[in-house]
Amino acid sequence: MTYNVKSLSRLGPSGVFGKVAMELGEQYDNIGIFTADLRHFSGLDRFGTVFPDKFFNVGIAEQNLIGVAAGFASEGNIAFATTYASFASMRCLDQVFMNMAYMNLNVKLVGFAAGLSTGILGPTHMSINDMAIFRSLPNITILSPADGMEIVEAVKAAAEINGPVYIRLTGALDNPVVYDNDIDYVIGKANKLHTGDDITIFSTGTMVYESLKASEILSKEGIGVSVYDVHTIRPFDTESMIDTMDAKLFVTVEEHGIAGGLGDTVLCALNEIGEKKQVLKIGIPCEWSHSADYSALKEKYDLVGDRIANTIHEQYVNMRKEIL
Amino acid sequence: MDIAKDIRRRIVDIGFRCGQKGIHFGGILSLVEIMLAIYSESVFDKKNDRVVLSKGHGALAQYLVMEHYGMLKKGEVDKYKEDFALCSVHPSRSSGTGIDYSSGSLGQGLSLGCGIALAKKNKNQAGKVYVVLGDGECDEGSVWESIMFASQMGLDNIIAIIDANELQYDGATKEIIDLSNLAMKISAFGWKTYDVNGHNINEIMEAILEKDYVPKAIVAHTIKGKGISFMEGDATWHNRNLTQEQYKVAMEEL
Repeated sequence: MTYNVKSLSRLGPSGVFGKVAMELGEQYDNIGIFTADLRHFSGLDRFGTVFPDKFFNVGIAEQNLIGVAAGFASEGNIAFATTYASFASMRCLDQVFMNMAYMNLNVKLVGFAAGLSTGILGPTHMSINDMAIFRSLPNITILSPADGMEIVEAVKAAAEINGPVYIRLTGALDNPVVYDNDIDYVIGKANKLHTGDDITIFSTGTMVYESLKASEILSKEGIGVSVYDVHTIRPFDTESMIDTMDAKLFVTVEEHGIAGGLGDTVLCALNEIGEKKQVLKIGIPCEWSHSADYSALKEKYDLVGDRIANTIHEQYVNMRKEIL
Repeated sequence: MDIAKDIRRRIVDIGFRCGQKGIHFGGILSLVEIMLAIYSESVFDKKNDRVVLSKGHGALAQYLVMEHYGMLKKGEVDKYKEDFALCSVHPSRSSGTGIDYSSGSLGQGLSLGCGIALAKKNKNQAGKVYVVLGDGECDEGSVWESIMFASQMGLDNIIAIIDANELQYDGATKEIIDLSNLAMKISAFGWKTYDVNGHNINEIMEAILEKDYVPKAIVAHTIKGKGISFMEGDATWHNRNLTQEQYKVAMEEL
């Protein structure tokens, strides 16, 4: 199925999920999509109408959401469950642990508004530790797509594998475009989207687009930058990291807290293969912010292309000075 | 042969063999007839029925009853509470012993059971889903989330059996969170409920076999530590070890 990339951008993560859900509803007899009173928010208005026997609303009951989805999955079905990333990772964490991590059941948990996009609602709706939480749980594949087209691929790929998956959806309406329809997508294989020798940026979710912007700015300043889209946080693509080991500096950029997210994933991978490399972690500090609009919060935390370029530039120049 | 008595003797044997580690005598002994009723040949459909033991600490009773009916990997239950034993204190799906669902964190099994029941109902598949809970476990809010859900979805293929032994870890349920009239509370949520003597297999089976058109809950009134005089109704036997002397007395009583 071919998607209109511009329309995916306009729709934002929820709308895109709703669209790809329609494709899954046609394709799979054994699929069920469960939500906790977030049918509209999850883009599932149409899905629920067209596939009433594949759509289930458990009400405002996230613990039951996971248990029911898991029981449904245990009978040879594919279960998707949707809610805010904040609630998916914390409100029902023990249910996620028991059903997805421990019992390894075929549940695909979709966390909407990961990061800062609904930050106007306050810290309860800023999901800055979901990756850290899911990374601590065995068995669960963790996906973090960069844009609309990659959300389509991630959701379809998640449906295909037999096992628990957490899909972290950052961004909002008018999500910037990174990919068009000829996207290459394999779970566990990071995509190299820009090539340069001096610095390697590992980015994920919405920060892939911003990192590409940063790489253009830095390239103009004579600094060569490679950019990876780490769309799979687990299993992490250590091979891609090994390929770029000649870079003088690694940078990680994520719309997530700097504790336990992509930055720490890269550090762990380096440690595992016994390599040392300076890693600049760009993300959200471990603190609360007062509620603010998405763009204001991204500015506050320097999570936009030109500011990312500045942060990297500063670190790189200091590093070179130390060497000289 | 009195199967229930036989199983209780094995529980005491295994419990004594566990020595200082002790076992959850109280909640295992109260569960024996409930498990026997579920797995009995006139009730249980091996191919289509499912059993979720939400009060996971009672697993030894489930293991022994499953073993009795040839549904558990042979020899495993005798390793209960040994290091890395497959028949663990709480049941584990990944053990490969014949257990389908893991538990150990209370209040979760009924949600899981609702999902299984929904999957079956959705495809018009045969089979009932049995979920066994403790009464103390019903303190957990998630239990009530799933009770509401089952009514909403009309899951007439789910049967919750509550081992109402009226004791929890810290003492009498009445003094901690009073759940008396549990059947009334659940029926207020649209379920068909039964109060039965939880040590009378026939009474439990009759309630199970009753044809109902809504979700069913059987409040099985039991005695924690059933069968052993010094354990009966004593909350300290929730998880405790037997002395040689106590072992002798217990086996004589059974």
